[in-house]
Amino acid sequence: MITLEHYLTVAAMLFVIGIFGLFLNRKNVIILLMSIELMLLSVNINLVAFSSYMNDLVGQVFTLFVLTVAAAEAAIGLAILVSFFRIRGTIAVEDVNVMKG
Amino acid sequence: MIYDDLNIIFPEIFLSVYAMVALLGVVYTSKDELAKRVTWVTAFIFILVAFLIIFSEEKTEIAFGGMFINDAFSRFSKIIILLSAAVVLVMGQEYMSRRGFLRFEYPLIVTLSVVGMMVMVSAGDLMSLYMGLELQSLALYVIAAFKKDSVKSTEAGLKYFVLGALSSGLLLYGSALVYGYSGTTLFSGILSNVSTDAPSLGLLFGLALVIAGLAFKVSAVPFHMWTPDVYEGAPTPVTAFFATVPKMAAICLFIRVMYDAFGNIINDWQQIIALLSILSMFLGAFAAIGQTDLKRLLAYSSIAHMGYALIGLAAGTEFGVQSVLEYMTIYITMNIGVFAIVMSMQQDGQSVTEIASLKMISETDPGKAIALVILLFSLAGIPPMLGFFAKFEVLRAAINAELVYLAVLGVLASVIGAFYYLRIVYFIYFGEMPETPLDDAKSPILRTIWTASAAIMIFGIVSLLGVEQMAKAAAFSLLN
Repeated sequence: MITLEHYLTVAAMLFVIGIFGLFLNRKNVIILLMSIELMLLSVNINLVAFSSYMNDLVGQVFTLFVLTVAAAEAAIGLAILVSFFRIRGTIAVEDVNVMKG
Repeated sequence: MIYDDLNIIFPEIFLSVYAMVALLGVVYTSKDELAKRVTWVTAFIFILVAFLIIFSEEKTEIAFGGMFINDAFSRFSKIIILLSAAVVLVMGQEYMSRRGFLRFEYPLIVTLSVVGMMVMVSAGDLMSLYMGLELQSLALYVIAAFKKDSVKSTEAGLKYFVLGALSSGLLLYGSALVYGYSGTTLFSGILSNVSTDAPSLGLLFGLALVIAGLAFKVSAVPFHMWTPDVYEGAPTPVTAFFATVPKMAAICLFIRVMYDAFGNIINDWQQIIALLSILSMFLGAFAAIGQTDLKRLLAYSSIAHMGYALIGLAAGTEFGVQSVLEYMTIYITMNIGVFAIVMSMQQDGQSVTEIASLKMISETDPGKAIALVILLFSLAGIPPMLGFFAKFEVLRAAINAELVYLAVLGVLASVIGAFYYLRIVYFIYFGEMPETPLDDAKSPILRTIWTASAAIMIFGIVSLLGVEQMAKAAAFSLLN
Protein backbone atom coordinates (compact mmCIF):
# COMPACT_ATOMS: atom_id res chain seq x y z
CA MET A 1 0.00 0.00 0.00
CA ILE A 2 1.41 3.33 -1.00
CA THR A 3 0.58 5.95 1.60
CA LEU A 4 0.97 9.70 1.80
CA GLU A 5 4.32 9.27 3.54
CA HIS A 6 5.77 7.49 0.52
CA TYR A 7 4.84 10.33 -1.77
CA LEU A 8 6.21 12.89 0.64
CA THR A 9 9.48 10.96 0.92
CA VAL A 10 9.91 10.79 -2.85
CA ALA A 11 9.17 14.49 -3.14
CA ALA A 12 11.63 15.35 -0.37
CA MET A 13 14.31 13.23 -2.03
CA LEU A 14 13.79 14.89 -5.41
CA PHE A 15 13.85 18.31 -3.77
CA VAL A 16 17.12 17.60 -2.00
CA ILE A 17 18.63 16.21 -5.21
CA GLY A 18 17.60 19.46 -6.89
CA ILE A 19 19.26 21.59 -4.21
CA PHE A 20 22.44 19.51 -4.34
CA GLY A 21 22.41 19.82 -8.11
CA LEU A 22 22.39 23.59 -7.74
CA PHE A 23 25.26 23.73 -5.29
CA LEU A 24 27.56 20.88 -6.30
CA ASN A 25 27.35 21.23 -10.06
CA ARG A 26 30.45 22.96 -11.44
CA LYS A 27 30.04 22.20 -15.10
CA ASN A 28 27.08 23.57 -16.90
CA VAL A 29 24.42 26.20 -16.32
CA ILE A 30 21.87 24.04 -18.16
CA ILE A 31 22.20 21.54 -15.32
CA LEU A 32 21.28 24.34 -12.91
CA LEU A 33 18.09 24.89 -14.90
CA MET A 34 17.35 21.17 -14.74
CA SER A 35 17.90 21.18 -10.97
CA ILE A 36 15.50 24.10 -10.55
CA GLU A 37 12.91 22.25 -12.60
CA LEU A 38 13.41 19.16 -10.45
CA MET A 39 12.76 21.20 -7.30
CA LEU A 40 9.54 22.65 -8.68
CA LEU A 41 8.32 19.26 -9.85
CA SER A 42 8.99 17.69 -6.45
CA VAL A 43 6.78 20.39 -4.98
CA ASN A 44 4.09 19.38 -7.47
CA ILE A 45 4.25 15.77 -6.27
CA ASN A 46 3.83 17.06 -2.73
CA LEU A 47 0.85 19.19 -3.65
CA VAL A 48 -0.93 16.49 -5.63
CA ALA A 49 -0.30 13.92 -2.88
CA PHE A 50 -1.76 16.22 -0.23
CA SER A 51 -4.62 17.12 -2.51
CA SER A 52 -5.72 13.57 -3.14
CA TYR A 53 -5.12 12.60 0.48
CA MET A 54 -7.40 15.37 1.73
CA ASN A 55 -9.91 15.16 -1.14
CA ASP A 56 -9.35 18.85 -1.70
CA LEU A 57 -8.96 20.23 -5.23
CA VAL A 58 -7.02 23.34 -4.26
CA GLY A 59 -3.70 21.50 -4.28
CA GLN A 60 -4.17 20.43 -7.89
CA VAL A 61 -5.11 23.96 -8.93
CA PHE A 62 -1.93 25.12 -7.24
CA THR A 63 0.01 22.48 -9.21
CA LEU A 64 -1.30 23.86 -12.49
CA PHE A 65 -0.14 27.34 -11.51
CA VAL A 66 3.27 25.99 -10.56
CA LEU A 67 3.61 24.17 -13.89
CA THR A 68 2.79 27.33 -15.83
CA VAL A 69 5.17 29.47 -13.83
CA ALA A 70 7.91 26.84 -14.16
CA ALA A 71 7.57 27.02 -17.93
CA ALA A 72 7.80 30.81 -17.90
CA GLU A 73 10.77 30.62 -15.58
CA ALA A 74 12.62 28.18 -17.84
CA ALA A 75 11.96 30.43 -20.84
CA ILE A 76 13.37 33.49 -19.09
CA GLY A 77 16.31 31.54 -17.70
CA LEU A 78 17.26 30.28 -21.13
CA ALA A 79 16.89 33.76 -22.62
CA ILE A 80 19.28 35.20 -20.04
CA LEU A 81 21.62 32.26 -20.63
CA VAL A 82 21.65 32.92 -24.38
CA SER A 83 22.56 36.58 -23.90
CA PHE A 84 25.28 35.51 -21.44
CA PHE A 85 26.64 32.97 -23.93
CA ARG A 86 26.75 35.58 -26.71
CA ILE A 87 29.18 37.68 -24.72
CA ARG A 88 31.21 35.15 -22.79
CA GLY A 89 31.14 32.28 -25.30
CA THR A 90 30.76 29.75 -22.50
CA ILE A 91 28.08 28.44 -20.17
CA ALA A 92 30.35 26.72 -17.66
CA VAL A 93 29.42 27.56 -14.09
CA GLU A 94 33.07 28.26 -13.22
CA ASP A 95 33.12 31.05 -15.78
CA VAL A 96 30.26 32.96 -14.16
CA ASN A 97 32.82 34.81 -12.08
CA VAL A 98 33.49 38.33 -13.34
CA MET A 99 32.23 39.61 -10.01
CA LYS A 100 33.47 37.85 -6.91
CA GLY A 101 30.96 37.55 -4.15
CA MET B 1 -20.35 39.11 -7.71
CA ILE B 2 -17.53 38.91 -10.21
CA TYR B 3 -17.94 42.61 -11.03
CA ASP B 4 -17.34 43.53 -7.41
CA ASP B 5 -14.19 41.42 -7.41
CA LEU B 6 -12.98 42.97 -10.66
CA ASN B 7 -13.65 46.41 -9.24
CA ILE B 8 -11.41 45.66 -6.30
CA ILE B 9 -8.47 44.63 -8.45
CA PHE B 10 -9.05 47.43 -10.96
CA PRO B 11 -5.63 49.09 -10.41
CA GLU B 12 -3.81 45.80 -11.15
CA ILE B 13 -5.95 45.05 -14.21
CA PHE B 14 -5.48 48.58 -15.49
CA LEU B 15 -1.69 48.41 -15.17
CA SER B 16 -1.36 44.98 -16.77
CA VAL B 17 -3.63 45.92 -19.67
CA TYR B 18 -1.63 49.10 -20.12
CA ALA B 19 1.64 47.13 -20.17
CA MET B 20 0.40 44.67 -22.79
CA VAL B 21 -1.32 47.24 -25.02
CA ALA B 22 1.71 49.53 -24.91
CA LEU B 23 4.04 46.62 -25.66
CA LEU B 24 2.05 45.62 -28.74
CA GLY B 25 1.46 49.20 -29.81
CA VAL B 26 5.11 50.19 -29.67
CA VAL B 27 6.37 46.99 -31.30
CA TYR B 28 4.19 47.63 -34.33
CA THR B 29 5.05 51.32 -34.64
CA SER B 30 8.38 52.89 -33.97
CA LYS B 31 10.07 50.80 -31.26
CA ASP B 32 12.94 52.46 -29.46
CA GLU B 33 12.34 55.96 -30.78
CA LEU B 34 9.38 56.08 -28.44
CA ALA B 35 11.30 54.66 -25.48
CA LYS B 36 11.66 58.00 -23.72
CA ARG B 37 8.04 58.91 -24.15
CA VAL B 38 6.87 55.48 -23.00
CA THR B 39 8.96 55.89 -19.84
CA TRP B 40 7.40 59.23 -19.02
CA VAL B 41 3.89 57.95 -19.75
CA THR B 42 4.50 54.90 -17.56
CA ALA B 43 5.73 57.06 -14.69
CA PHE B 44 2.71 59.29 -15.12
CA ILE B 45 0.38 56.29 -15.05
CA PHE B 46 2.02 55.00 -11.87
CA ILE B 47 1.34 58.35 -10.20
CA LEU B 48 -2.21 58.35 -11.55
CA VAL B 49 -2.90 54.89 -10.14
CA ALA B 50 -1.29 55.89 -6.84
CA PHE B 51 -3.69 58.83 -6.56
CA LEU B 52 -6.57 56.58 -7.55
CA ILE B 53 -5.66 54.39 -4.57
CA ILE B 54 -5.10 57.37 -2.25
CA PHE B 55 -8.57 58.72 -2.96
CA SER B 56 -10.33 55.37 -2.94
CA GLU B 57 -12.72 54.53 -0.14
CA GLU B 58 -11.01 53.52 3.09
CA LYS B 59 -12.42 50.13 3.90
CA THR B 60 -11.31 46.52 3.91
CA GLU B 61 -12.47 44.57 0.89
CA ILE B 62 -11.92 40.93 0.04
CA ALA B 63 -12.05 39.60 -3.51
CA PHE B 64 -12.08 36.15 -5.07
CA GLY B 65 -13.05 34.27 -1.94
CA GLY B 66 -10.26 35.69 0.19
CA MET B 67 -7.42 35.37 -2.31
CA PHE B 68 -7.03 39.12 -2.66
CA ILE B 69 -7.25 41.59 0.20
CA ASN B 70 -7.59 45.31 -0.23
CA ASP B 71 -7.10 46.97 3.15
CA ALA B 72 -5.30 50.01 4.50
CA PHE B 73 -2.08 47.96 4.76
CA SER B 74 -2.03 46.97 1.11
CA ARG B 75 -3.11 50.46 0.03
CA PHE B 76 -0.24 52.02 1.98
CA SER B 77 2.33 49.68 0.44
CA LYS B 78 0.88 50.12 -3.05
CA ILE B 79 1.06 53.88 -2.84
CA ILE B 80 4.71 53.76 -1.76
CA ILE B 81 5.52 51.15 -4.42
CA LEU B 82 3.88 53.11 -7.24
CA LEU B 83 5.30 56.50 -6.31
CA SER B 84 8.84 55.24 -5.80
CA ALA B 85 8.70 53.20 -9.01
CA ALA B 86 7.63 56.34 -10.88
CA VAL B 87 10.52 58.35 -9.44
CA VAL B 88 13.04 55.60 -10.19
CA LEU B 89 11.81 55.34 -13.81
CA VAL B 90 12.12 59.07 -14.38
CA MET B 91 15.53 59.04 -12.75
CA GLY B 92 16.81 56.19 -14.89
CA GLN B 93 15.56 57.21 -18.32
CA GLU B 94 18.08 59.97 -18.80
CA TYR B 95 21.02 57.81 -17.69
CA MET B 96 19.93 54.96 -19.94
CA SER B 97 19.20 57.02 -23.03
CA ARG B 98 22.51 58.87 -22.72
CA ARG B 99 24.33 55.53 -22.68
CA GLY B 100 22.17 54.17 -25.48
CA PHE B 101 20.46 51.26 -23.81
CA LEU B 102 17.04 52.70 -23.07
CA ARG B 103 14.66 50.31 -24.77
CA PHE B 104 10.91 50.66 -24.77
CA GLU B 105 10.64 47.31 -22.98
CA TYR B 106 12.26 48.70 -19.86
CA PRO B 107 9.36 50.76 -18.47
CA LEU B 108 6.88 48.07 -19.50
CA ILE B 109 8.78 45.26 -17.75
CA VAL B 110 8.97 47.51 -14.72
CA THR B 111 5.18 47.95 -14.97
CA LEU B 112 4.69 44.18 -14.97
CA SER B 113 6.93 43.77 -11.96
CA VAL B 114 4.98 46.53 -10.19
CA VAL B 115 1.76 44.63 -10.92
CA GLY B 116 3.39 41.58 -9.36
CA MET B 117 4.32 43.60 -6.27
CA MET B 118 0.79 44.95 -5.95
CA VAL B 119 -0.57 41.40 -6.05
CA MET B 120 2.06 40.36 -3.47
CA VAL B 121 1.11 42.97 -0.91
CA SER B 122 -2.58 42.17 -1.13
CA ALA B 123 -2.21 38.41 -1.33
CA GLY B 124 -4.62 36.51 0.89
CA ASP B 125 -3.74 33.02 -0.26
CA LEU B 126 -0.56 31.02 -0.85
CA MET B 127 -1.42 30.84 -4.55
CA SER B 128 -1.84 34.57 -5.10
CA LEU B 129 1.31 35.07 -3.03
CA TYR B 130 3.24 32.77 -5.34
CA MET B 131 1.84 34.22 -8.55
CA GLY B 132 2.54 37.79 -7.45
CA LEU B 133 6.04 36.93 -6.30
CA GLU B 134 6.88 35.15 -9.55
CA LEU B 135 5.47 37.91 -11.75
CA GLN B 136 7.67 40.36 -9.86
CA SER B 137 10.76 38.15 -9.84
CA LEU B 138 10.61 37.09 -13.49
CA ALA B 139 10.40 40.73 -14.53
CA LEU B 140 13.33 41.60 -12.26
CA TYR B 141 15.54 38.82 -13.69
CA VAL B 142 15.05 40.32 -17.13
CA ILE B 143 15.87 43.89 -16.19
CA ALA B 144 18.96 42.78 -14.23
CA ALA B 145 20.34 41.43 -17.53
CA PHE B 146 19.00 44.40 -19.44
CA LYS B 147 22.30 45.74 -20.78
CA LYS B 148 22.83 42.89 -23.20
CA ASP B 149 26.31 43.94 -24.32
CA SER B 150 27.73 44.04 -20.81
CA VAL B 151 29.34 40.96 -19.29
CA LYS B 152 28.57 42.15 -15.78
CA SER B 153 24.92 42.83 -16.43
CA THR B 154 24.17 39.46 -18.04
CA GLU B 155 26.13 37.70 -15.33
CA ALA B 156 24.13 39.58 -12.69
CA GLY B 157 20.94 38.47 -14.43
CA LEU B 158 22.08 34.86 -14.52
CA LYS B 159 23.10 34.81 -10.87
CA TYR B 160 19.92 36.54 -9.81
CA PHE B 161 17.87 34.09 -11.84
CA VAL B 162 19.47 30.95 -10.43
CA LEU B 163 19.36 32.07 -6.79
CA GLY B 164 15.92 33.62 -7.20
CA ALA B 165 14.58 30.38 -8.64
CA LEU B 166 16.12 28.48 -5.73
CA SER B 167 14.35 30.80 -3.29
CA SER B 168 11.04 30.35 -5.13
CA GLY B 169 11.57 26.61 -4.86
CA LEU B 170 12.10 26.84 -1.09
CA LEU B 171 9.07 29.06 -0.68
CA LEU B 172 6.97 26.74 -2.77
CA TYR B 173 8.05 23.62 -0.90
CA GLY B 174 7.19 25.45 2.31
CA SER B 175 3.79 26.44 0.92
CA ALA B 176 3.08 22.84 -0.07
CA LEU B 177 3.86 21.66 3.46
CA VAL B 178 1.76 24.41 5.01
CA TYR B 179 -1.07 23.44 2.69
CA GLY B 180 -0.72 19.78 3.59
CA TYR B 181 -0.59 20.28 7.34
CA SER B 182 -3.23 22.98 7.65
CA GLY B 183 -5.55 21.76 4.91
CA THR B 184 -5.98 25.06 3.12
CA THR B 185 -4.02 27.66 1.21
CA LEU B 186 -6.11 30.62 2.41
CA PHE B 187 -4.27 32.75 4.98
CA SER B 188 -7.45 33.14 7.04
CA GLY B 189 -7.97 29.37 6.92
CA ILE B 190 -4.39 28.67 8.00
CA LEU B 191 -4.80 31.16 10.84
CA SER B 192 -7.87 29.37 12.18
CA ASN B 193 -6.63 25.81 11.53
CA VAL B 194 -3.25 26.17 13.19
CA SER B 195 -3.44 25.31 16.87
CA THR B 196 -1.96 27.97 19.08
CA ASP B 197 -0.08 25.85 21.57
CA ALA B 198 1.35 22.91 19.64
CA PRO B 199 1.53 23.35 15.86
CA SER B 200 2.55 20.17 14.03
CA LEU B 201 6.17 19.61 13.06
CA GLY B 202 5.36 19.53 9.34
CA LEU B 203 3.72 22.93 9.58
CA LEU B 204 6.70 24.42 11.41
CA PHE B 205 8.99 22.98 8.76
CA GLY B 206 6.83 24.58 6.10
CA LEU B 207 6.85 27.87 7.99
CA ALA B 208 10.66 27.82 8.21
CA LEU B 209 10.95 27.18 4.45
CA VAL B 210 8.48 29.97 3.66
CA ILE B 211 10.53 32.32 5.84
CA ALA B 212 13.72 31.21 4.07
CA GLY B 213 12.15 31.90 0.67
CA LEU B 214 10.94 35.33 1.72
CA ALA B 215 14.27 36.15 3.38
CA PHE B 216 15.89 35.57 -0.02
CA LYS B 217 13.64 38.20 -1.53
CA VAL B 218 14.38 40.79 1.15
CA SER B 219 18.07 39.73 1.04
CA ALA B 220 18.42 38.95 4.73
CA VAL B 221 21.51 37.05 5.88
CA PRO B 222 22.14 34.07 5.38
CA PHE B 223 20.20 34.33 2.11
CA HIS B 224 21.90 37.47 0.85
CA MET B 225 24.66 36.06 -1.43
CA TRP B 226 23.05 37.36 -4.62
CA THR B 227 22.69 40.97 -3.45
CA PRO B 228 26.22 42.42 -3.83
CA ASP B 229 26.83 40.79 -7.22
CA VAL B 230 23.46 41.74 -8.65
CA TYR B 231 23.71 45.31 -7.38
CA GLU B 232 27.19 45.69 -8.81
CA GLY B 233 26.48 44.05 -12.14
CA ALA B 234 23.07 45.46 -13.00
CA PRO B 235 22.96 48.88 -14.71
CA THR B 236 22.75 51.66 -12.10
CA PRO B 237 19.08 52.65 -12.75
CA VAL B 238 18.12 48.99 -12.38
CA THR B 239 20.12 48.76 -9.16
CA ALA B 240 18.30 51.83 -7.91
CA PHE B 241 15.05 50.02 -8.65
CA PHE B 242 16.20 46.81 -6.93
CA ALA B 243 17.30 48.66 -3.82
CA THR B 244 13.99 50.42 -3.32
CA VAL B 245 10.70 49.18 -4.75
CA PRO B 246 10.93 45.34 -4.54
CA LYS B 247 12.31 45.65 -0.99
CA MET B 248 9.15 47.44 0.10
CA ALA B 249 6.97 44.82 -1.57
CA ALA B 250 8.92 41.90 -0.14
CA ILE B 251 8.90 43.28 3.42
CA CYS B 252 5.17 43.98 3.20
CA LEU B 253 4.54 40.48 1.90
CA PHE B 254 6.66 39.13 4.74
CA ILE B 255 4.55 41.03 7.27
CA ARG B 256 1.34 39.97 5.57
CA VAL B 257 2.19 36.25 5.62
CA MET B 258 3.52 36.27 9.17
CA TYR B 259 0.51 38.05 10.67
CA ASP B 260 -2.35 36.96 8.42
CA ALA B 261 -1.41 33.28 8.20
CA PHE B 262 0.81 32.60 11.22
CA GLY B 263 -0.38 35.32 13.61
CA ASN B 264 -1.36 32.68 16.18
CA ILE B 265 2.11 31.22 16.52
CA ILE B 266 4.16 34.38 16.87
CA ASN B 267 6.46 32.69 19.38
CA ASP B 268 7.44 30.12 16.78
CA TRP B 269 8.63 32.58 14.14
CA GLN B 270 9.78 35.44 16.34
CA GLN B 271 13.11 33.74 17.11
CA ILE B 272 13.84 32.98 13.46
CA ILE B 273 13.15 36.55 12.37
CA ALA B 274 15.22 37.94 15.25
CA LEU B 275 18.16 35.75 14.22
CA LEU B 276 17.86 36.81 10.56
CA SER B 277 17.72 40.42 11.67
CA ILE B 278 20.82 40.22 13.91
CA LEU B 279 22.86 38.42 11.25
CA SER B 280 21.82 40.92 8.56
CA MET B 281 22.67 43.96 10.66
CA PHE B 282 26.12 42.71 11.59
CA LEU B 283 27.09 41.24 8.24
CA GLY B 284 25.87 44.40 6.50
CA ALA B 285 27.96 46.53 8.87
CA PHE B 286 31.18 44.49 8.70
CA ALA B 287 31.22 43.46 5.05
CA ALA B 288 30.64 46.99 3.78
CA ILE B 289 33.81 48.27 5.42
CA GLY B 290 36.22 46.83 2.86
CA GLN B 291 34.25 47.77 -0.25
CA THR B 292 35.65 50.08 -2.89
CA ASP B 293 32.65 50.07 -5.21
CA LEU B 294 29.80 52.33 -4.20
CA LYS B 295 27.09 50.05 -5.59
CA ARG B 296 28.51 47.07 -3.70
CA LEU B 297 28.69 49.16 -0.56
CA LEU B 298 25.06 50.16 -0.98
CA ALA B 299 24.18 46.48 -1.40
CA TYR B 300 25.65 45.68 2.01
CA SER B 301 24.02 48.82 3.37
CA SER B 302 20.65 47.58 2.15
CA ILE B 303 21.28 44.18 3.76
CA ALA B 304 21.91 45.97 7.06
CA HIS B 305 18.79 48.09 6.61
CA MET B 306 16.68 45.02 6.00
CA GLY B 307 18.02 43.73 9.31
CA TYR B 308 16.63 46.82 11.07
CA ALA B 309 13.30 46.50 9.30
CA LEU B 310 13.08 42.89 10.46
CA ILE B 311 13.52 44.05 14.09
CA GLY B 312 10.11 45.65 13.83
CA LEU B 313 8.63 42.47 12.40
CA ALA B 314 10.26 40.35 15.11
CA ALA B 315 8.59 42.54 17.74
CA GLY B 316 5.30 40.93 16.75
CA THR B 317 3.15 43.88 17.76
CA GLU B 318 0.98 46.41 15.99
CA PHE B 319 3.48 49.15 16.77
CA GLY B 320 6.18 46.90 15.32
CA VAL B 321 4.35 46.73 11.98
CA GLN B 322 3.85 50.48 12.00
CA SER B 323 7.55 51.04 12.66
CA VAL B 324 8.55 48.73 9.80
CA LEU B 325 6.30 50.59 7.37
CA GLU B 326 7.77 53.93 8.45
CA TYR B 327 11.27 52.49 8.26
CA MET B 328 10.77 51.23 4.71
CA THR B 329 9.26 54.52 3.54
CA ILE B 330 12.19 56.49 4.91
CA TYR B 331 14.70 53.93 3.62
CA ILE B 332 13.28 54.17 0.11
CA THR B 333 13.33 57.97 0.16
CA MET B 334 16.99 58.12 1.17
CA ASN B 335 18.09 55.42 -1.21
CA ILE B 336 16.44 57.16 -4.14
CA GLY B 337 18.47 60.26 -3.29
CA VAL B 338 21.73 58.33 -2.95
CA PHE B 339 21.20 56.51 -6.23
CA ALA B 340 20.39 59.80 -7.99
CA ILE B 341 23.87 60.91 -6.93
CA VAL B 342 25.47 57.60 -7.99
CA MET B 343 23.86 57.96 -11.41
CA SER B 344 25.28 61.44 -11.81
CA MET B 345 28.86 60.29 -11.17
CA GLN B 346 30.93 60.23 -14.32
CA GLN B 347 34.50 60.83 -15.41
CA ASP B 348 35.14 61.91 -19.01
CA GLY B 349 31.62 60.85 -19.92
CA GLN B 350 32.09 57.34 -18.49
CA SER B 351 30.00 56.47 -15.47
CA VAL B 352 32.07 55.45 -12.46
CA THR B 353 31.04 53.87 -9.18
CA GLU B 354 34.31 53.81 -7.23
CA ILE B 355 34.06 55.39 -3.82
CA ALA B 356 37.48 57.00 -4.34
CA SER B 357 36.15 59.04 -7.25
CA LEU B 358 34.01 60.99 -4.79
CA LYS B 359 37.14 62.58 -3.30
CA MET B 360 36.79 66.32 -2.79
CA ILE B 361 33.51 66.76 -4.64
CA SER B 362 32.95 69.42 -2.00
CA GLU B 363 35.24 71.59 -4.15
CA THR B 364 33.77 70.79 -7.53
CA ASP B 365 30.10 70.56 -6.59
CA PRO B 366 29.32 71.80 -3.06
CA GLY B 367 25.54 71.36 -3.42
CA LYS B 368 25.87 67.72 -4.31
CA ALA B 369 28.40 67.20 -1.52
CA ILE B 370 26.06 68.61 1.12
CA ALA B 371 23.12 66.55 -0.16
CA LEU B 372 25.23 63.38 -0.14
CA VAL B 373 26.50 64.07 3.37
CA ILE B 374 22.95 64.58 4.63
CA LEU B 375 21.83 61.35 2.96
CA LEU B 376 24.79 59.38 4.32
CA PHE B 377 24.21 60.71 7.84
CA SER B 378 20.61 59.71 7.46
CA LEU B 379 21.55 56.20 6.26
CA ALA B 380 23.89 55.88 9.25
CA GLY B 381 21.08 56.99 11.54
CA ILE B 382 22.57 60.17 12.96
CA PRO B 383 20.08 62.64 14.47
CA PRO B 384 18.43 64.95 13.49
CA MET B 385 18.12 63.24 10.09
CA LEU B 386 15.04 61.19 9.36
CA GLY B 387 17.05 57.96 9.23
CA PHE B 388 17.62 58.27 12.97
CA PHE B 389 13.90 58.35 13.69
CA ALA B 390 13.35 55.33 11.47
CA LYS B 391 15.84 53.33 13.55
CA PHE B 392 14.53 54.83 16.78
CA GLU B 393 11.00 53.62 16.07
CA VAL B 394 11.98 50.01 15.29
CA LEU B 395 14.20 49.88 18.37
CA ARG B 396 11.36 51.28 20.46
CA ALA B 397 9.08 48.58 19.07
CA ALA B 398 11.64 45.94 20.06
CA ILE B 399 11.91 47.30 23.60
CA ASN B 400 8.13 47.52 23.99
CA ALA B 401 7.96 43.86 22.97
CA GLU B 402 10.59 43.03 25.62
CA LEU B 403 13.25 42.15 23.05
CA VAL B 404 15.85 44.35 24.71
CA TYR B 405 18.77 42.25 23.47
CA LEU B 406 17.64 42.85 19.88
CA ALA B 407 17.53 46.61 20.43
CA VAL B 408 20.99 46.63 22.04
CA LEU B 409 22.50 44.63 19.18
CA GLY B 410 20.77 46.97 16.73
CA VAL B 411 22.43 49.99 18.30
CA LEU B 412 25.82 48.25 18.29
CA ALA B 413 25.51 47.33 14.61
CA SER B 414 24.50 50.85 13.69
CA VAL B 415 27.61 52.22 15.42
CA ILE B 416 29.80 49.83 13.42
CA GLY B 417 27.86 50.66 10.27
CA ALA B 418 28.36 54.38 10.76
CA PHE B 419 32.07 53.86 10.06
CA TYR B 420 31.77 53.19 6.35
CA TYR B 421 29.27 55.97 5.77
CA LEU B 422 31.53 58.41 7.58
CA ARG B 423 34.51 57.21 5.54
CA ILE B 424 32.72 58.47 2.42
CA VAL B 425 32.04 61.78 4.16
CA TYR B 426 35.75 61.95 4.93
CA PHE B 427 36.58 61.46 1.24
CA ILE B 428 34.14 64.18 0.25
CA TYR B 429 35.59 66.88 2.52
CA PHE B 430 39.10 65.86 3.52
CA GLY B 431 40.35 63.51 0.78
CA GLU B 432 43.12 64.35 -1.65
CA MET B 433 42.20 66.01 -4.88
CA PRO B 434 42.02 63.26 -7.53
CA GLU B 435 43.77 63.69 -10.87
CA THR B 436 40.57 63.58 -12.88
CA PRO B 437 37.69 65.01 -10.88
CA LEU B 438 34.13 64.00 -11.61
CA ASP B 439 32.46 65.72 -14.54
CA ASP B 440 29.69 68.13 -13.95
CA ALA B 441 26.79 65.95 -15.02
CA LYS B 442 24.19 68.44 -16.14
CA SER B 443 21.05 66.70 -15.16
CA PRO B 444 18.32 68.88 -13.67
CA ILE B 445 16.12 65.83 -12.99
CA LEU B 446 18.71 64.01 -10.91
CA ARG B 447 19.65 67.23 -9.12
CA THR B 448 16.02 67.91 -8.21
CA ILE B 449 15.57 64.37 -6.94
CA TRP B 450 18.63 64.26 -4.71
CA THR B 451 17.97 67.74 -3.38
CA ALA B 452 14.38 66.83 -2.60
CA SER B 453 15.43 63.60 -0.95
CA ALA B 454 18.03 65.36 1.21
CA ALA B 455 15.50 68.08 2.09
CA ILE B 456 12.97 65.45 3.18
CA MET B 457 15.64 63.90 5.41
CA ILE B 458 15.88 67.20 7.30
CA PHE B 459 12.41 68.72 7.14
CA GLY B 460 10.54 65.42 7.24
CA ILE B 461 11.01 65.22 11.00
CA VAL B 462 8.38 67.92 11.48
CA SER B 463 5.48 65.58 10.88
CA LEU B 464 6.92 62.68 8.85
CA LEU B 465 4.73 64.22 6.11
CA GLY B 466 1.68 62.35 7.37
CA VAL B 467 3.29 58.97 6.80
CA GLU B 468 3.04 58.13 10.49
CA GLN B 469 -0.76 58.35 10.55
CA MET B 470 -1.07 56.30 7.39
CA ALA B 471 1.33 53.65 8.69
CA LYS B 472 -0.61 53.51 11.93
CA ALA B 473 -3.90 52.96 10.09
CA ALA B 474 -2.21 50.32 7.91
CA ALA B 475 -0.85 48.40 10.90
CA PHE B 476 -4.24 48.64 12.61
CA SER B 477 -6.06 47.21 9.59
CA LEU B 478 -3.62 44.30 9.39
CA LEU B 479 -3.93 43.21 13.00
CA ASN B 480 -7.64 43.78 13.60
